[in-house]
Amino acid sequence: MLFLGDFSVIRPEPGLLFWTTFIFLTFWFLMSRFAFKPIAESLKKREMDIQDALDQAKQAREEMANLQAENEKLLAQAREERANILKDAKEAKDEIIAEAKERANAEYKRKVESAIQDIENQKMAALVELKNNAGKLAIEIAEKVLLKELGNKPEQEAYAKSLVDQIKLN
Amino acid sequence: MDFLKPIPRRTFAADFNRAFPDVDMTAFRKFWIALIFSGLSLAAFAQDNHDAHTPDHSAQAGETEHAAGSAAHEYACGHSLSIEPEFNAGDVAVHHISDANAIHIVGDLYLHLPCILHAPGYGWTFTTTAAFDPHHHGNGTRSKDGYVLVHGNVMRLQNPAYASGEFEVSDYTHEEVTEEGKTKIRYHAIVNGQCEVLDAKTTYDGGLMGGGITSFNDFSITRNVFTMLVTAILLFLLFWSVARASVRRSGQAPKGLQNFLEPFITFIRDEVAKPSIGPKYEKYVPYLLAIFFFILGLNLIGQIPFFPGSANVTGNISVTIVLALITFIITTISGNKNYWEHIVWMPGVPAVLKIFIITPIEILGILLKPFTLLLRLFANIAAGHIVVLSFVGLIFIFGDAGESVGGSITGLIASIPLTLFMMALELLVAFLQAYIFTILSATYFGMAVEEAHH
Repeated sequence: MLFLGDFSVIRPEPGLLFWTTFIFLTFWFLMSRFAFKPIAESLKKREMDIQDALDQAKQAREEMANLQAENEKLLAQAREERANILKDAKEAKDEIIAEAKERANAEYKRKVESAIQDIENQKMAALVELKNNAGKLAIEIAEKVLLKELGNKPEQEAYAKSLVDQIKLN
Repeated sequence: MDFLKPIPRRTFAADFNRAFPDVDMTAFRKFWIALIFSGLSLAAFAQDNHDAHTPDHSAQAGETEHAAGSAAHEYACGHSLSIEPEFNAGDVAVHHISDANAIHIVGDLYLHLPCILHAPGYGWTFTTTAAFDPHHHGNGTRSKDGYVLVHGNVMRLQNPAYASGEFEVSDYTHEEVTEEGKTKIRYHAIVNGQCEVLDAKTTYDGGLMGGGITSFNDFSITRNVFTMLVTAILLFLLFWSVARASVRRSGQAPKGLQNFLEPFITFIRDEVAKPSIGPKYEKYVPYLLAIFFFILGLNLIGQIPFFPGSANVTGNISVTIVLALITFIITTISGNKNYWEHIVWMPGVPAVLKIFIITPIEILGILLKPFTLLLRLFANIAAGHIVVLSFVGLIFIFGDAGESVGGSITGLIASIPLTLFMMALELLVAFLQAYIFTILSATYFGMAVEEAHH
């Protein structure tokens, strides 16, 4: 107990009890009112600001992604269109070529046919002429034969024969 | 500094054995662990000094021998307080952790504080400690309205002849007396050559801790009150500036002090209040913050070994009683139906068990919770101060309290790393205890507001 005589820290003293209560309650009130409240508010506000900023960034990112997707879609569309156009062009080309070929063929056929016709016509004309010439010749021959017959018979025959050979040349 | 004077040696361990029996176990453990650390070097020196000093011990019983030439220091009513006491690390530590009416800065320099004293039947006395004109060891040389200053603490003369006016006090004495089977120290003032019995200030321990209700109450601004005021004002200014900065710089990134203190606030809010209390946490946050910073601030200021620090505020039971009581009151007011139901009539338990076991235990628990809260903080901080002071005391014990330079140097070598270690540990404890008090308060609030979930 000798020791406890001086060990005052374990003895509740009215003065210290009173002052601690008074100081702490005042401290609590003042801190809550003038320090913690504005700090808590600003912290909350900042947290909200940060959250907002993050949300906005997220939104912007999403928008960006959307935009990119759209772009991609547009690009794909464009590519498809190009392919289509190319395909169409190719088809058109093929068609034109085919048509051209067909027309060329038809022309060719027509030309060939008209050539054949011409040839036929020429041939017919030549035949007619030949026939005419042959008739004329026959008449001339007959005229000459008739003229010759009057002189020598074997000679006449030989002559006729040579005439005939001449005709054959045609 | 009391212990800077040449004084005879006394055994260290014996004093501490006596010094600790009534302190919380934590203090006890801490001290012994520390002692084991220093044990080796201590043993080495004890060997050397043993022979030289043991024979003196009996011869030193009369302290007059020491106060060379001043025979007037022995009185009928005990030993004079003005002679240098034997060096006793325990007494020194206890003296330094105790509250005081005047703050001793250095030498005979004091910071005089207001005294607000009330003696039933004699009214109020408002003065300052300067009125007692203290010289050495905080012992005043004058009485004022019956009050005197002994070791920096106000005491009161029982004799009504001195109850008003000023009287010269030549000396103070103390003696051990046995009253009703209890040994206690009685102080006397020597006024006009007469021994006059002194009363210590009233304490509410009912005599259990060596105090009791006496002839006066002390409502002075003591060292602890002064430190509390300074700490509270400093903390307020600190947080106020942060609050202003946060308003002024609203929408901008935090800077400087704001950046340093805001994490503490968000920590208490997000890691202490939210998980412990639950959805209704918001209204408890200001209290938790206030109690956390109040305790932390006082713990840290108490760590500074010189003025304006060093006051052992949170290591004083009066302070922790108030803080724990406020937590208790808030818990009790916040208690909802579910909380009281679980205390008074625990659901799902047989009635016999409830009446004889659960309810008594739970009701005891309501009171025990704040009690452990106040005891834990008080014991940890007081013990930290005592251990640091004891390690500093090692220097004087090793140096035969100033007589042996070699011993002092060895003591210094032993003391510096130990003190450094303890101070680092106490720095951790300062934060830890503030945190524990806060989180336990939050847990109690959480229990009080918890909704039934069955």
